[in-house]
Amino acid sequence: MTLLSLRQMKTSIGQYHVLHDVTFDVPEGGVFVLLGRNGAGKTTTLRSIMGLWTPSPGSVFFAGQDISGLHASSIARKGIAFVPENMGVFGGLTVEENLVLATAKGKFDATRLQRIYTLFPALEQFWTKQAWSLSGGQKQMLSVARAIIEPRALILVDEPTKGLAPSIIDAMAEAFQEIGQTTTILLVEQNFNFAKRLGHGMAVIDDGRIAHTGTMADFAADTALQEQLLSLSA
Amino acid sequence: METISQTIERFGGVYLLPVAVSLIALVLIGIPSSWVTLTVAGLAMGMMIFLMASGLSLIFGLMDVLNFGHSAFVSFGAFVAASALGYMSGWLGADSLALNMLAVFLAFLAAITFGLVAGWFFEVVIIKPVYHDHLRQILITMGALIVSEQIILAVWGGAPVSVPRPSFLEGSWLFGDVTVEIYRAFAFALGLAVYIALYLVLKRTRIGLLIRAGVENREMVEALGFKIDRLFVGVFMVGSALAALGGAMWAGYETLITPALGGEMMIVVFIVVIIGGLGSVEGTLLGAIMVGLMANYIGFLAPKLALASNMVLMMAILLWRPSGLKPAVK
Repeated sequence: MTLLSLRQMKTSIGQYHVLHDVTFDVPEGGVFVLLGRNGAGKTTTLRSIMGLWTPSPGSVFFAGQDISGLHASSIARKGIAFVPENMGVFGGLTVEENLVLATAKGKFDATRLQRIYTLFPALEQFWTKQAWSLSGGQKQMLSVARAIIEPRALILVDEPTKGLAPSIIDAMAEAFQEIGQTTTILLVEQNFNFAKRLGHGMAVIDDGRIAHTGTMADFAADTALQEQLLSLSA
Repeated sequence: METISQTIERFGGVYLLPVAVSLIALVLIGIPSSWVTLTVAGLAMGMMIFLMASGLSLIFGLMDVLNFGHSAFVSFGAFVAASALGYMSGWLGADSLALNMLAVFLAFLAAITFGLVAGWFFEVVIIKPVYHDHLRQILITMGALIVSEQIILAVWGGAPVSVPRPSFLEGSWLFGDVTVEIYRAFAFALGLAVYIALYLVLKRTRIGLLIRAGVENREMVEALGFKIDRLFVGVFMVGSALAALGGAMWAGYETLITPALGGEMMIVVFIVVIIGGLGSVEGTLLGAIMVGLMANYIGFLAPKLALASNMVLMMAILLWRPSGLKPAVK
């Protein structure tokens, strides 16, 4: 079953037409990966879905409902969470306060909180610390934890491995595998090995257009296609 | 090995600055009773400026709006309170402490109410159309300040307006050689109470959490499901009401006010916000106290330098900390 559908989505930022024709479907469950070179339009696609940029009318459907004209706050309340490329943690707030802000009623569900402690033990350790004092990896953990502290139908994750140490990337991959069992994830990633490890379905965006869609298993096996679309050498 | 700056941070960091300035002033002044009087005057002045500036700091931090019209609320607060106190002059002169206090309370309530309503109007009609456009914000809010001065001229006239003080706030307390003016002590207490209230709202409530998060990253607050536009209006209204309350307090302090009050206070208020660090209530308090103390100490020690004291202080602090004493984390 399709959870998110993009239909000929176009997005302009100021006078620049960044997305020209973005069309793909994200099925419910698992991790769907959006790949592409630098500047291809990956981040703009996520921000357009989230309502942080305005996409063309009638181009974004979530659970069958057109959400393309909605405000970001309304989209978030429909069950979509966003983990931005810069992590978006509030540095002056403690780890606890960052997570409280992401809850609907200001209270934690004990089971979900325990799950977060299990996935990211560092967050329990630094619970009362201000977020600016965390390392890059810990901030990324906090950003992801904020997205799962409440039940969500879809999590949009933008380049979570950027600038992280290999050991943290491994931990992050395990966390996404676990989260992907209960929540759909649309992951934008440049680290192909990370994307290959997690993705079920995938799409490649190039110059604001979708250049390829398919399964990750097929794409990972086709080195010629990888070279053509992502300039990856075997 | 611990560096000097780490040692300073461990003992209170920038919070030590007013203490250090006071101790240096004590040495330079040399007369303890004069020093106490000047320090109390400086703290009272600082608290009144804090009331005027705290809203501006939050408005800039949260909304990224450069509101040069902020001091119009200071002027209006002063004139509304002066008129209200004038209407209740019978209560002000009465022997009853209760009537005295009620008159002051109602005058401040009138100023705050005016600030809330005018702040709502100002945000919705003047500020909202120029979100994200700093140049237009500067032009339109400076224009609004000029218009507000003209409205005050039309309503209250160009002559200075005298502000009656309630009898319970007249006079001074004497502690040996030390004289403490009652109104200044009252201004300090009220400013402190407002700071504590603001601190508790910002640190202990969900709305405060949202404001602090919004100051850092508005977009992420929206992506978490909150309509930040509503928060903008609320913060603007409260900031305007605080400015009006500061103006009302200032009117009672000066006892003679003119329509130029807003323009005169605008520069001081901006200096305090810049010194303190944009978006930070704690920073604004620190900046306001520094400005108040320096104005009084330098006015006593070197009167000819008093006018330049704020600018020199701002330059010194920005050379040391370019983002201000206690900026909000961005």
